[in-house]
Amino acid sequence: MSTCICVIVNGKPVEIVAGASVAAAVARAGSQFRRSRSGEARAALCGMGVCFECRVEIDGVPQQQACMLIARAGMQVRTDG
Amino acid sequence: MAERYDVVVIGSGPAGLTAAHAAARQGVRVGLVDAQALPGGQVWRHDVRFSAPAFARRCMQATLEHIKIDWLPQTRVVGAEPGRLLVEDPRSARWLKYGALVLATGAREVLLPFPGWTLPGVTGAGGLQALAKQGWPLAGKRVVVAGSGPLLLAAAATARRHGARVLAVFEQAERAAMLRFTRGLWRWPARVLQAAALRTQLAGVPYHFGSVVTAAQGEDALREIEVSGPHRQRRIACDQLAVGFGLAPNVELARMLGCQLEAEGAQQRVRVDARQHTSVPTVYAAGEVCGIGGRDSALIEGAIAGLAATGARTGIASLQRRRAQARAFARQLRETFAIGERVRALAQPDTLVCRCEDVTLGALDAHVDARGAKLATRCGMGPCQGRICATALAELGRAAGIAARPPLFPARLESLALAPADGVAPSLAT
Repeated sequence: MSTCICVIVNGKPVEIVAGASVAAAVARAGSQFRRSRSGEARAALCGMGVCFECRVEIDGVPQQQACMLIARAGMQVRTDG
Repeated sequence: MAERYDVVVIGSGPAGLTAAHAAARQGVRVGLVDAQALPGGQVWRHDVRFSAPAFARRCMQATLEHIKIDWLPQTRVVGAEPGRLLVEDPRSARWLKYGALVLATGAREVLLPFPGWTLPGVTGAGGLQALAKQGWPLAGKRVVVAGSGPLLLAAAATARRHGARVLAVFEQAERAAMLRFTRGLWRWPARVLQAAALRTQLAGVPYHFGSVVTAAQGEDALREIEVSGPHRQRRIACDQLAVGFGLAPNVELARMLGCQLEAEGAQQRVRVDARQHTSVPTVYAAGEVCGIGGRDSALIEGAIAGLAATGARTGIASLQRRRAQARAFARQLRETFAIGERVRALAQPDTLVCRCEDVTLGALDAHVDARGAKLATRCGMGPCQGRICATALAELGRAAGIAARPPLFPARLESLALAPADGVAPSLAT
């Protein structure tokens, strides 16, 4: 059975299967990823590091592509959605 | 800090893996670079719940464990000069020097604008497949897959395996084109088996031809879509729409290196000779970046490029014959799934084209050339650097100027500070 880890998304703990991406953790938390320049809600689109729609802040570092990073236990993720 | 390899391979999908392995077997030192944390590229992307096919596992293991190969994950090329690449990983930036370079940068999905395509819940088809493998929650979700090409079936099968309720697959190609394609399929028996296996995995999921998703609706998330089929229009309530229109080669690095490109439909690919040599000395290319050909041609071309990059003379001829057969299949696919006029007409004047900068299609109308449009509207100037909108605009038959300007990806200032005075950094100011 695959193990789960806990990630904090916008202050809320989220359980996710080990090896999952930060994007998957944000989706599981039910959070939006970001607001566009005109204020639209946006979420992951390409899933492969091309579109930059899934960028979030991770452990204080902004503009990280959530689909390119594997979630680690205790990671603090913030979205502006 | 600089490292030097006899051969540097960019991309660890099937082409990059066989290129690195073939070169290493000639006894040279190889650096295998990938932006992802794990090897496999898109087609062999790691799945958090299901293990990869045995052949893929063997291929990845043989390459990563080879004593002559350094595996450099989470490493992105942000700049290039003759003989060296500026790369960035999560911790630092450095120069990688190479004797020869193999570009196996693969392809991305062609995502075309239509009303509602920016809503959360709308992804690419390959996009949803990639996200599902990353652990994206799909259990019990109502998923519709649409667009064009064989990737739709693969995406639907992956979504289903991850617990999604796949309501339907909508293919824009007409039934007649599909029938012609199926009749010629006997020449590729392995593909027949592959297609049959996918259909079995998708038992009970309707596969509609001549059908286009014309709009997605919802407030802050997808709620419903409109589909226009050959006989009727309908609305379908769903949680995820996975929609993609085939693939486009990732030629940005090749372009920056000065490699000659050529047209592949509305997109571009890297021009190579029979030894996978580009127009630039010491630079080779293999796989999707040389034109969409699928996994089999990528595996073969990678091996050719890896050998050629080390100057090997033997072992290449037999691979070249196999490549021709694999590439012929790709041509059939391209004809069958050519994007129709209906799809090109989906975007309305108020539909966003550039998602980074929120630029509508209508806002581009006032400008005669791509440069003018870019300067006035910022279309293509966001973090994706036009990878989504310029690819789409090209498909819509509209000019979309993309310059080979460094950095290739948004980079940290610290990385750019490594660039010499006449190198990467000053170009930022132009």
